[in-house]
Amino acid sequence: MIRFENVSVTYDGADEPTVRGIDFEVAEGELVLLAGPSGVGKSTVLGAVSGLVPHFTGGTLHGRVTVAGRDTRTHKPRELADVVGTVGQDPLAHFVTDTVEDELAYGMESLGLAPEVMRRRVEETLDLLGLAGLRDRPLATLSGGQQQRVAIGSVLTPHPRVLVLDEPTSALDPAAAEEVLAVLQRLVHDLGTTVLMAEHRLERVIQYADQVVLLPAPGEPPLSGTPREVMAVSPVCPPVVELGRLAGWSPLPLTVRDARRRAAPLRGRLADRQQHCRPPREAAPPAQAPAPRRGLFRRGTPGARTAAPAPASPVAEVRSLAVRRGRIQALRHIDLTVAPGETVALMGRNGAGKSTLLGALVGLVAPSAGSVRSAGAVPHRTRPRDLVRRVGLVPQEPRDLLYADTVAAECAAADRDAGAEPGTCRALLSGLLPGIDDATHPRDLSEGQRLTLALAVVLTARPPLLLLDEPTRGLDYAAKARLVTLLRGLATEGHAIVLATHDVELAAELADRVVLIAEGEVIADGPAAEVVTASPSFAPQVAKILAPQRWLTVGQVREALAAGEPR
Amino acid sequence: MADSPPHGRPSPREGLRGTSATGEPAGSPGESAGTGPTGRAAPAARRGRPDALHPGAWWLWALALGTAATRTTNPLLLGLLIAVSAYVVAARRPDAPWARSYGVFVKLALAVLLVRLVFATVLGSPIPGARVIVALPEVPLPDWAQGIRLGGKVTAEALTFALYDGLRLAALLVCVGAANSLANPSRLLKSLPGALYETGVAVVVALTFAPHLIADVQRLRAARRLRGRPDRGFRGLAQVALPVLEGALERSVALAAAMDARGYGRTAQVPPAVRRTTAALTLGGLLGVCAGTYGLLSAAGAGYGVPLLLCGLAAALAGLWLGGRRSLRTRYRPDRWDARAWLVAASGAAVAAVTALAAVRDPAALHPGVVPLVAPTLPLWPAAAVLLGLLPAFIAPAPQAPAPHKDSREEPS
Repeated sequence: MIRFENVSVTYDGADEPTVRGIDFEVAEGELVLLAGPSGVGKSTVLGAVSGLVPHFTGGTLHGRVTVAGRDTRTHKPRELADVVGTVGQDPLAHFVTDTVEDELAYGMESLGLAPEVMRRRVEETLDLLGLAGLRDRPLATLSGGQQQRVAIGSVLTPHPRVLVLDEPTSALDPAAAEEVLAVLQRLVHDLGTTVLMAEHRLERVIQYADQVVLLPAPGEPPLSGTPREVMAVSPVCPPVVELGRLAGWSPLPLTVRDARRRAAPLRGRLADRQQHCRPPREAAPPAQAPAPRRGLFRRGTPGARTAAPAPASPVAEVRSLAVRRGRIQALRHIDLTVAPGETVALMGRNGAGKSTLLGALVGLVAPSAGSVRSAGAVPHRTRPRDLVRRVGLVPQEPRDLLYADTVAAECAAADRDAGAEPGTCRALLSGLLPGIDDATHPRDLSEGQRLTLALAVVLTARPPLLLLDEPTRGLDYAAKARLVTLLRGLATEGHAIVLATHDVELAAELADRVVLIAEGEVIADGPAAEVVTASPSFAPQVAKILAPQRWLTVGQVREALAAGEPR
Repeated sequence: MADSPPHGRPSPREGLRGTSATGEPAGSPGESAGTGPTGRAAPAARRGRPDALHPGAWWLWALALGTAATRTTNPLLLGLLIAVSAYVVAARRPDAPWARSYGVFVKLALAVLLVRLVFATVLGSPIPGARVIVALPEVPLPDWAQGIRLGGKVTAEALTFALYDGLRLAALLVCVGAANSLANPSRLLKSLPGALYETGVAVVVALTFAPHLIADVQRLRAARRLRGRPDRGFRGLAQVALPVLEGALERSVALAAAMDARGYGRTAQVPPAVRRTTAALTLGGLLGVCAGTYGLLSAAGAGYGVPLLLCGLAAALAGLWLGGRRSLRTRYRPDRWDARAWLVAASGAAVAAVTALAAVRDPAALHPGVVPLVAPTLPLWPAAAVLLGLLPAFIAPAPQAPAPHKDSREEPS
């Protein structure tokens, strides 16, 4: 259905081809996952299928890409529109019209389908994607998961034989991601659609893939094979595979179910360890019960991490906070305290109020009732200049924080804004992530580098309270691991960290405490291990595999096993 | 899916005109998209949405009400017109972002009225009047500013005249505002002829673009606060301008890519003869319109002006129609001009016609005297006719109940 024949793409002004030697084939009705670290050219490969590369982006394409027998060299994207449906990373950038129903019909109108056909397909698609209740809604009012489903639906209605998706679930909460993946699964099984998608969060998608094409590094030819074969050698892999590798399971498990069936011996070995190190449960009330492994397996995280019930003074204190936005009650009766050195993960659906709560902590949102104090100040009444030394927020789109046209200028501006010694920000940046050139434009940095720069800018003022909104969107596993190390270091230094995230693996790695928010209310607040393992959609893979034991990450298991070795 | 293969490629009889492997669009323009399987089609597919009236009907109704407003200066009648349009808006306005523009128009109308009164007070008025309300000090102006007066006596007659005049303009504005909030602008654009459709899409995109831009500015100003810079004031705005424009440009490029990948701009193969005829008709028609207009306006050409204008118009319309054959597009649930649309448009037209007639027959009632000042009375027949304008509030389809508050954040899945 899709055939790449020795394809390489060189963009204008680049010396080296972005991708080279791409040679693979996707059979009809397969779901193929394109994996690899960020910056290896996954989006370029996807764009080549729909013809946007090189017709729209410019550059030179060597080799040949054929889709359903049509050569993309001679067919413009619009002439492929009836066989290829493309959904990009940001659904909002994809919408042409303003309501759900019109958006679903738009592609068919372009292709000139008969009105009867259009009507029938719109109704079918509304049902298929569970959008029937939203048909007249303006697109801007939908939540992230709904928008993503509408975007997929809008390319489905012309019945393309190939669906190309770039990171369809990375902006979605776990439940919404499952919804979208279930739809894709249904398309592949019921309609025989061929799906090619790129996704960083392998743990969500690997089990659905028939074939994985791995781009191991920039400019290297891809490796393709069954998910099992590829995962055995892949530099990027989900926790379940990592655990499989650690435990030496063969063949490698790809799903939680596979792994669970083989995990009995491992659980046996670990039960011993866990029994050994678990503190007496009765010692503390449940809400403050330290997670079983705390202080034992996380080395270098002393006193600050023990959830002492009453630390001297909380860095952030929220009391019965309520926020209204127009007619919408965004938050109600929120109570939250964050101690110095504590890491709190806010989790919940898209639109549950996580970002609003962060906004209230940093003074972007004025409370309509209740009180907020961040590092001793009332944030929305404090002058921005003073506030930066108390609380810093890295927004969902770190680019928003960057104005200058070089990294050096950005760092200098940050020093001035924070009233810090010249060079502070640059030193921080080099410490966090070496190898960022002073003369680079912030726009040309990779997602991970840009996030680190924004983090350095915020940290220049040394705020005791650090807030991060969706920090792992678009980050690959390596960049995520770096971020985790970095944030742990900051917590050890005494920074309190609050992060809003959909990434259960990140929350498991990092957080001392998890706060679940739904409909603007706190529905659970407690130690990460307890809250996360109590809910199936928020439990990380390792927890699901090793339940009922409370292990959250592969790292913990590895350390426990190492500690268990006879010396 | 009852009568089509369950998956994959749609069958040709469904009317999908794909592009074959050779790059030639399959299918001839003759089997145009609209001529699908009419015989076995469910009739519902060709009908418009049950909850919508043709936007053109709303515009005709509102413009007719506006025309009626220009025919009279009777404040009672004008007030009645405003009340009628406001009632219809209140009863039939849907819950959508574009429908909230009514308030803006009402404020604009008030501002116009106010400005008119202030001008009459400060700059004086040519209306002679005897009842002085207040005498402002008059500013002496040099000779070259003759005919302009600053300050001076303010008479009740002058103010009343300004009030009537301003009220007329305000009523017109409120009527336009009513059309704006009752008729969906993007649906109106959908009713454009095929040749102009792509322009229509561009306008719709531009319409959705502005809200995005405002959201960007708000987000980036908030981000300035995070950097410890003041988020208010002009400098704050100036510094976010560049990033906002960059973002807007990037979004436009992304949207263009998405539209291209979804088949925007696909054209049908049209025989060269048709293409040439289209060009000739359009150009010739436009020339005819220009010459005809010139003839109408000039003293000498009154004889040939009208026929030339009409011929030009006809040729241009034929050109547009032929040009539409190049476009493959079909319309999804186009709004139909049904009986209700006729009634709505007719109710507006009736109001305009009766008011215009009354203005000729009984000018005194519709233009109450200012000098000497008399209390305006409500002329019975024109007032009754204005009430006809209420008809849409009862026959137009009721807007859907607004989504419950919870649903606007997350749908129950």
